[in-house]
Amino acid sequence: MILYKFSMQAETQQVKTPLWQLFASFFKIGAFTFGGGWAMISIIEREIVDKYHWIERDDFLDLLAVAQSLPGILAVNIATAVGDKLRGTRGSIIASAGTILPSFLIILAIAIFLTPDMIKNNRVISSIFMGIRPAVVALIIAPVLTSAKAAKIGLKTVWIPLVVALMISLDLGFISNPILYILFGGFGGFLFWWLPRKYRS
Amino acid sequence: MQIYLKLIWAYIKIGIFGFGGGYAMLSLVEKAVVGPGWISETMFTDIVAISQMTPGPIGINSATYIGFVAPGAVNPEFSGIGWGLIGSILATLAVTVPSFFLVLYSAHFIRRHNESGAVKAVFSGLRPVVVGLIASAAIMLMNAANFNPNGITRQMWMNIAICAIAFCLAYFPLRFGKKQLKIHPILIIILAGITGLILYY
Repeated sequence: MILYKFSMQAETQQVKTPLWQLFASFFKIGAFTFGGGWAMISIIEREIVDKYHWIERDDFLDLLAVAQSLPGILAVNIATAVGDKLRGTRGSIIASAGTILPSFLIILAIAIFLTPDMIKNNRVISSIFMGIRPAVVALIIAPVLTSAKAAKIGLKTVWIPLVVALMISLDLGFISNPILYILFGGFGGFLFWWLPRKYRS
Repeated sequence: MQIYLKLIWAYIKIGIFGFGGGYAMLSLVEKAVVGPGWISETMFTDIVAISQMTPGPIGINSATYIGFVAPGAVNPEFSGIGWGLIGSILATLAVTVPSFFLVLYSAHFIRRHNESGAVKAVFSGLRPVVVGLIASAAIMLMNAANFNPNGITRQMWMNIAICAIAFCLAYFPLRFGKKQLKIHPILIIILAGITGLILYY
């Protein structure tokens, strides 16, 4: 693990992006994008590259590649990378705080007023949520199919998601821990690439 | 106090192993929060619904809500807005801080291995696992609490019908001549909520 800081802050940049503007931009992005992740990327690109010209498109795509390769919440990763490039560590804190704050405040307000007790005991709200729950399940089944298509899952690879889904949902303690399969997948992919290279030479 | 440490640890793990976006993170979140009894199965489903109807990434939304309700659910001493606020701040920070440091300190490392093809290899192994992770979240939510909460067979069939119709609306775009129209998840949830109010009130 490399622990030194590799700052991407451009030194040639003439005008420093004001921190408040960085914050305002990412706050807006956080407040108006539903669904997160991919929906956010195009909006961030439009704001950062097209509107304010803070970053060149090539540099943005490079940051995006890094943000995607790391775990965590994609929108926050992008905000951190963009903020760091523009204003260093302080910029990355400001930009990610801007992205997080709108949803944090909205959910906080909802959590204060819409308590689990209220959902359970208020007849109107509980019947609304009874109808919503099966639809939420449907909204998670749909991305299973779209992500399978995007990952080009075929007859040879279909066993992987099947085994993973089965083992996790069976609830058998340690071997049902999703983290185990994330590690398997990552190391498996790496070894599949690394071993042939090693033995060829 | 233990609950706050557990909450932080659970969300740090989600932040470190959360590959593949919001939906893939769901099974990690469910295992971490429903298992220890911080929230009920139905409440977890409700949080997913709320996350989809509010702006921002699902990872942040769930951390904020669960961080708010978990302390009070585990220990009545910690119920109330103040304790909830502490929990939601800690959980939200815990899920974002790992990737924040990874973006700042490992960007150089990722770039180097991106060129060699190692990062690509890891993700080729992760991709089928991510499909399985999303599928496991869907399977875990197909439970009696969501589909048959009162043990009434007629209700279960109505819920299965809501799920099937919602899936068709989410997955198959509507066609008007040559135009394709994809229905937004928020609209599907609103329609399901209205259906629930009509059927179950």
